[in-house]
Amino acid sequence: MKNKIFFSVVIISFLIIFFVLFKGLQNTNIYTPQVDIKKDIPYFEAKLFDSDIVKNSNEIFQKEKFYLLNIWASWCAPCRDEHPILLELKDQVNLEIIGLNYKDNIINAKKFLKELNSPYRLTLSDENGIISIEWGAYGVPETFLIYNKRIIKRYVGPLNLNSIIEIKKFIE
Amino acid sequence: MASLIGFYSLIFGLCLSFIVVLFSIKNFRNSLVFDKKILSLTSLQLFFVITSFLGLIISFINSDFSNETVFNHSHTTKPLFYKISGTWGNHEGSLLLWLLVLNLFIFLFLLKSKEQDKNYRILTLLFQQVIIIGFFIFIIKTSNPFNYIFPIPTEGLGLNPILQDPALAIHPPILYLGYVGSSVIFSATLAATSLNYISKNWAKHIKTWVLWSWIFLTLGILLGSIWAYYELGWGGFWFWDPVENVSLMPWIALTTLLHCILILERRKILTSWVIILSISTFTLSMCGTFLVRSGILNSVHTFANDPERGLYILIFLFCLIFLSLFIFFFYHKTDDKQKYDFFWLSKESSILVNNWFMMYFLVVILIGTIYPIFLEVINSEKISVGPPFYIKLITPFLIPFLFAMAIGPKLKWIKSDIQNKINLSIFLIISFILSILIIKNLKVNFLVNTILVTSALYLFLVTSKEFLIKGINNLAQNLAHFGFSLLILSILFNNFFSTEVITNLKIGETFKSEKIHITFESIEKKKINNYSSIIGKININDPKGLNQTLEPELRIYNQPNIVTSEADIKTNLFSDKFITMNLVQNQDYFNIRYQIKPFMIWIWLSVLLICSGGLISLFRKKI
Repeated sequence: MKNKIFFSVVIISFLIIFFVLFKGLQNTNIYTPQVDIKKDIPYFEAKLFDSDIVKNSNEIFQKEKFYLLNIWASWCAPCRDEHPILLELKDQVNLEIIGLNYKDNIINAKKFLKELNSPYRLTLSDENGIISIEWGAYGVPETFLIYNKRIIKRYVGPLNLNSIIEIKKFIE
Repeated sequence: MASLIGFYSLIFGLCLSFIVVLFSIKNFRNSLVFDKKILSLTSLQLFFVITSFLGLIISFINSDFSNETVFNHSHTTKPLFYKISGTWGNHEGSLLLWLLVLNLFIFLFLLKSKEQDKNYRILTLLFQQVIIIGFFIFIIKTSNPFNYIFPIPTEGLGLNPILQDPALAIHPPILYLGYVGSSVIFSATLAATSLNYISKNWAKHIKTWVLWSWIFLTLGILLGSIWAYYELGWGGFWFWDPVENVSLMPWIALTTLLHCILILERRKILTSWVIILSISTFTLSMCGTFLVRSGILNSVHTFANDPERGLYILIFLFCLIFLSLFIFFFYHKTDDKQKYDFFWLSKESSILVNNWFMMYFLVVILIGTIYPIFLEVINSEKISVGPPFYIKLITPFLIPFLFAMAIGPKLKWIKSDIQNKINLSIFLIISFILSILIIKNLKVNFLVNTILVTSALYLFLVTSKEFLIKGINNLAQNLAHFGFSLLILSILFNNFFSTEVITNLKIGETFKSEKIHITFESIEKKKINNYSSIIGKININDPKGLNQTLEPELRIYNQPNIVTSEADIKTNLFSDKFITMNLVQNQDYFNIRYQIKPFMIWIWLSVLLICSGGLISLFRKKI
């Protein structure tokens, strides 16, 4: 008897796991960007990287322009790899790149930007990682393309040559 | 042509599966002796799968771009070696390799299990055929490696350059031998459970299979880790990436299983543990395939993402889980009176303690890997789980685990008393003092790290002593445990003492600090078959008189167009000097990253020691 109850409990819990994974499979939004379209960006306030000024998301993303929010850290190796790509996008007319420095040592982060050049118009600091969590970031690096305060596309992991082409297409 | 043969071989292989199943059922019901035909049919099936695999390899060697898989993953300028390794460097080919190993293992199993009961052998074959059929259909339906494209392209798209590497070329086959090897354990356990065949003898027989898959799995993980170390270019060897976790979970389950089997060999206890662990080892391997291949998680191993594939594996995986749960609950009979018939201080209980710790580590990793998916589905909230999560949850529990590992093996079966108390406490004091001396001068949390290092050193001392005194006696276990303590120590010291310099240099410039001078002397350009390379000559000079030239390399691959940075590593017994160089966009500067990583080689060596423990255990049994 006890065995049967135990069996049913185990079966039911596995069924639940199955169902959740099944649902998860359907909204793998990493590969189907439509899911993210029209999703409003979360409201947040963040300290600027090199001063004590606090800005909120409405101020940052106010213009009718494309924004690229890039979550990075100096300790993150793939960030180093994607850096040249951000630099290449830096001079796009209709695009502003915002950096969000994730859980980082400020000295290392400054050194990182000094060495590799900064592609960011604004660099925000996310010392405890809360803002990144609100954005739903999986990890660093992660990049969001934003227009009109809505997320158009997200890139998990480092940007590559294909992403440049895609981003440029969006902007045009 | 080769593709065509390959494809038809696959179809024949699938048909043979059904024939084998029919014959087996007939044999199972009607006869007392094992039907020789079944063995021949299984070998014929193996032959077809091998032909199919060779067909794919030949298509790759000939750069036959009418084959879609070859077109997507190969290129004419690629060296022959990587053309061949490209066969399993993609989703379709690697699944074909899965299938090959599945067939190979069941064939070997039938050959090697002649002294076992007929029904047990047939039932094992049947369960294995269920898995094999599942994979056949999966391959043919959703990931056929022999798709034809017309018009035939003149050139292929190329293999991802970071995969063009000797360690990575042999990493998948070795890892698969471990992963898929566990399928035989799974089938055999299910068969043994249904027939109530689990006994000391069965444990002796299955132990060989457990050991083989365990050795291959360990080696496979080691190779992957070495590759990550020198190819991904920042000197780490374990990233807690989902795909790494997914290989670590079956390893933990398999290691625990190995320990349970060791008990079962002597006394018929812990049978439920054995069954559950066998099931979970294989389902975790499958689960890994699901997580990585479905695109539900993103990682370097995600070849192609197709929801249909994910759905298929998911359904198949859960069918296997339900099947095994059903068998476990309705066929498994425990002998209650034998259940926990041992004293709290005994080898049995120490292995039980080990089991529970292992299960804890397993659960932490499992949750860290799949919790983000759950959370996203349930309330579309997203979180990211990184190394700090694993480190914080695992490290504290590592301390008692290491202590238990030092003392456990010294205990006797059934009832024991700790002997050599004086000796053991002297070791404890020595390791405590040593760790205080080591940690004192470091900028790390004193208390936690001292205790951690103490426990690791303690295990190290105890196992080395066993090693020296008892020598050959119980060599396998001593070697594996000694290797493990060495591994933990090397990882800890590697973490504590690693240093790093990151700087931007032009050619001819020198970076100077108190401890080190780094001079960027020159660069040299070379053109090699499928990439052009820039090799930097960098001179490292430190006040101790060390003068070394390191030559990191940048490779610009033509197809696909990707730049990879090849680290130059100078290894000696005490530390690795690790240097990488990267281009800085639109400037004359190169970004130089120089790291000194102590005891790096010991991490690899200790894992090899652990493996050799397994090997010795395998071969000593036969003598």
